[in-house]
Amino acid sequence: MRAGACFQHISVGCAQAQFGLVQLPVGLYKGNIVTGAQQKERWSSRLGVILAVAGSAVGLGNFLRFPGLAAQYGSGAFMLAYFVSLLVLGIPICWVEWTLGRYAGQMGFHSSPGILHAITRHTMGKYIGVLGVIIPVVIYMYYVYIEAWCLGYMFYFLTGQLNLGDNVAAYGDFWARFVGATENGLTFSAGHNQAVLFLVLVFALNFVLIYRGLVRGIELFCKYAMPALILLGLIILVRVLTLGTPDPSKPDQNVLNGLGYMWNPGNVWDQLRNPQLWLAAAGQIFFSLSVGFGVIITYASYLRRQDDIVLSGLSSSAANEFCEVALGGLITVPAAYVFLGAAGVVGHGTFSLGFKVLPLVFSKMPLPWLFGALFFLLLFLAAVTSSLSMLQPGIAFLEEGLGLTRRQSVALLGLLTAIGCTFVVYFSKDLKALDTLDFWVGTVCIFIMATVLVIVFGWILGIERGWEEAHQGAEMRIPSLFKPIIKYVSPLYLLGVFTLFVLFNVLGLDLKTGQFNPTSYVRDLIGPHASPVARLSVILIVIVVIFFLILIATAGRRWEKVAQNAAKTEGSKPDRT
Amino acid sequence: MTLGGWIVMGLSVGLVTSLFVWCLWRVLVRKPPIEKLHGIEDIDTHDVESE
Repeated sequence: MRAGACFQHISVGCAQAQFGLVQLPVGLYKGNIVTGAQQKERWSSRLGVILAVAGSAVGLGNFLRFPGLAAQYGSGAFMLAYFVSLLVLGIPICWVEWTLGRYAGQMGFHSSPGILHAITRHTMGKYIGVLGVIIPVVIYMYYVYIEAWCLGYMFYFLTGQLNLGDNVAAYGDFWARFVGATENGLTFSAGHNQAVLFLVLVFALNFVLIYRGLVRGIELFCKYAMPALILLGLIILVRVLTLGTPDPSKPDQNVLNGLGYMWNPGNVWDQLRNPQLWLAAAGQIFFSLSVGFGVIITYASYLRRQDDIVLSGLSSSAANEFCEVALGGLITVPAAYVFLGAAGVVGHGTFSLGFKVLPLVFSKMPLPWLFGALFFLLLFLAAVTSSLSMLQPGIAFLEEGLGLTRRQSVALLGLLTAIGCTFVVYFSKDLKALDTLDFWVGTVCIFIMATVLVIVFGWILGIERGWEEAHQGAEMRIPSLFKPIIKYVSPLYLLGVFTLFVLFNVLGLDLKTGQFNPTSYVRDLIGPHASPVARLSVILIVIVVIFFLILIATAGRRWEKVAQNAAKTEGSKPDRT
Repeated sequence: MTLGGWIVMGLSVGLVTSLFVWCLWRVLVRKPPIEKLHGIEDIDTHDVESE
């Protein structure tokens, strides 16, 4: 930490004297890092950026993962751990990302490597920041495929092709064939390639919107999609809450019991002693709010210096929480319980609940084609607003790091993500490739990136300085209590959660026996039962990492050159004072 | 649905809904107060040579 403090002192100190407290190496970088078109990119409205960040956060996990976890761990204890994590991790790290992003955005940087390069002023900064590009790019490679499933299911509901009777196994078979979970390469074979067709449509939609730019693409889409998503959620919520007792022969399966199944607290104190509950709650908050993805920091970098970030950050988090707890928490599990009972809800993961159980549930409702289609439209909109946000960090990096135009950066990122996406779609058996990428990049790397960001804010930029920067143009004050939380509690809590994650989800610690039994993610890579697809997936991750590290080395030389030229120009100007 | 269930649901849903509505109100309805400047805007320190 001492080294970090020194960096801050050296890099920031001189500029501090020259430009005032928070206007640091602006003069050093401003002007030549990015192309003219990108430099002018700014959000057109405050509501636009809030909806874009909220759209990035609201995804499938809000409606499918959260309700399952709350019901599994007992809602009383889970919600307690959930709100603690929201206060200690979610909201503080959101503010951290908004602040770091806007701060470095004034220097012309919009991607994590550039932002960390500018703030830390250390060679390693930009290399650590590579995570903020790799995470969204790799997640996009499989997330866009899931997005295509949602569009496909909406189409199948509208055309009546998802009325498969009362057996959940029929829906499971349909899903497995549709996504190719039974055999590698199935979705590329004739007669089984509907998922690929939907994928092409969704892929094109994402890149058309991203090509249109920040305001005419992302902001415009989110301005309509997010209110539409909330409206759809409310319509489906009303439908679910008015279901009553659809089958009089099963009087126990009614809405009140469905809500009870979701919300009745069990033995709260016993459940709170379960470390896996804390891990699940923290993980849900973390992934739900999209902190540590490299997305919020990029979006915030397009703000103006006097734009509020405190209220905006809180608002986007609040929108996400509303969608997750108030909509997701009242729709998914109660609806499934009403039609299938407790046995139909227990033991389903996110995909199983979303693409096997819920289609069956909607097919049993009155007007199944309408409500099924509306629900999958809701998921589709949630997914598009998220996947768009995964592309922007990559685009920003290619533009500011390599000086590419929008057209060139879209083409390069499109090619890269298309290759990765084809890999995921081809190796679809048991969704092994998707699952492996999600675990090592979509989970492990995010923990690391979030820890880096909170340490950069609290210890390298400095908590006092970061605090002051956060309150530039702020419409409300962050309670002072959050100062020690951001500086001490959040990093320690993150490290604690990450340790639990490694112990349980990587090393497979069994609390009862105290023995370690590495999880399938490790066994897939090492040992006699290693999976070739899992190994190939890790090789893909390594190739992407090396590719971006090479680009970052190139970008670093470019940024240094620009800084040196700017310094020469400054030095050659006559002293006018 | 037990009393405990109602309480957990009411508190959880009520909390996030209240926060969301409050934020919406602050962002959409309540305009930020106009900052009042308590000071002299242009100060001539007489230490800059005229060109």
